[in-house]
Amino acid sequence: MRVQEKIIEGLLWLSAAITILVTASIIWVLLSESIQFFSEVSIVRFLTEKEWTPLFADKKFGIMPLVAGTFLTTAIAIAVALPIGLTIAIYLNEYAHARFKTIIKPLLEVLATIPTVVYGFFALTVVTPFLQSFIPGLAGFNALSAGIVMGVMIIPMISSLSEDAISAVPRSLREAAYGMGSTRLQTAFGVMVPAASSGILVSVILAISRAVGETMIVAIAAGQQPRLTLNPLVPIETITTYIVQVSMGDVPHGSLEYRTIFAAGMTLFVFTFLLNNLSFWIKKKYQEKYD
Amino acid sequence: MTKKQSKLEANNLDAYYGDFQALKNINIAMEEKAVTAFIGPSGCGKSTFLRTLNRMNDYIDGFRIQGQILLDGRDIYATDVRVDELRKEVGMVFQKPNPFPKTIYENVVYGLKIQGIKDKKILQEACEKSLQQAALWNEVKDKLDKSALALSGGQQQRLCIARALAIQPSVILMDEPASALDPISTAKIEELIHELKKNYTIVIVTHNMQQAGRVSDHTAFFYMGELVEYAKTKTMFTSPSDTRTQNYITGRFG
Repeated sequence: MRVQEKIIEGLLWLSAAITILVTASIIWVLLSESIQFFSEVSIVRFLTEKEWTPLFADKKFGIMPLVAGTFLTTAIAIAVALPIGLTIAIYLNEYAHARFKTIIKPLLEVLATIPTVVYGFFALTVVTPFLQSFIPGLAGFNALSAGIVMGVMIIPMISSLSEDAISAVPRSLREAAYGMGSTRLQTAFGVMVPAASSGILVSVILAISRAVGETMIVAIAAGQQPRLTLNPLVPIETITTYIVQVSMGDVPHGSLEYRTIFAAGMTLFVFTFLLNNLSFWIKKKYQEKYD
Repeated sequence: MTKKQSKLEANNLDAYYGDFQALKNINIAMEEKAVTAFIGPSGCGKSTFLRTLNRMNDYIDGFRIQGQILLDGRDIYATDVRVDELRKEVGMVFQKPNPFPKTIYENVVYGLKIQGIKDKKILQEACEKSLQQAALWNEVKDKLDKSALALSGGQQQRLCIARALAIQPSVILMDEPASALDPISTAKIEELIHELKKNYTIVIVTHNMQQAGRVSDHTAFFYMGELVEYAKTKTMFTSPSDTRTQNYITGRFG
């Protein structure tokens, strides 16, 4: 055997191993710090207490306010991104000319390349004042504008994945629908979207996963007040924002306060892990339906 | 050639895909409640022509036609014609069975539902009637709520025919409807075509000349975008007037 080949093979193996090693170490750090956290604060307390005040004198360790904040901003984002993204996908597939499509698709992708910190400032300095002009009770920091802007950010994710899913539906089905006298709209919503539903669902789940983990926009525009509420007009705090807040503060290393971010991180990780696996499972189960 | 009224007519029809001319000056009149077969080698334009009859080519970029296609004397490419309405009149069955990934029942009543018909009784009656007509009722009557994709290929194709019949078209276009099926299923489809022509005008594209001979009343032979010969099927198969037709029928090319 040539030595060169061996060396190259070894290098390739090493790069593969590094990614696994890094992932494993992250999980290990998360786990070990979380375990230490949960040895001091019981999981029951963590899940059932209604307040999250680990940095105050009167410490409460209920994760639910952060989960509620995350859920709220994510729900708003999806409520914005799903209808718009799906409409774009349908438009590109059923209506747009091929040439128009080749122009608009890269433009859409640009939305995904804007740094999230820019989105965050956009939410805080443009969207919030705009919304305040007709929603009087809207606070300066709020879940609504952060959620809306996050929705805009994930539109390309939903539109491009859904577009792929819809265009993967066999042409014969579209022809069947047209052949029966369906209008374009009836074809799109009655046949194409249902047939592509698993792919569309995957796009939504990945978008949710992205929104749950999104940090910058919510940290800038949604506030830093953990609050168990579904009111989009007041300041809230998401899991990610909390982690940023503590990481950048002067909480002593190794203290219980410090470990809260690992417990919060663990919670976040469990969410995104489950979502990504769910999407993987759906993809696997349904993608070969027409082959 | 025919004393019966012509249902579908093409006058000086040219069709283009971009710069490529797919159909050259087609003139043909198809008889009502009869079967007209289009034969010819691959790429001869027979499928293109079939698809102009219900404007199925409309969504292909760069496709355009010149000339006229008349359905009951009315130009189907006129600006005031709604394509979706036209296709309710001119149904279509495709080469590969293409049932929707829905239940058998939902497949059959799809066309009625998109017309806004919601009355369960009407839908159920139409479903049974169409499946009876398509000679599929006895095989599926106990599993109407099962997925159409669970049926065999031949059954799926008859389901697609039932689905087309449910919207009560007057013309049914069939694009090689049996080419993806086994011989027994093919025989069933052919039998069905025989039955259906009592009430419907049928236009069928086929690669299979024996099939054209068995099912059709008239046959049109297409070659390189031209309609070479159009005659009674019997005449065409026994004494073709064009040498190209003769060569094709006797299997010298194609």
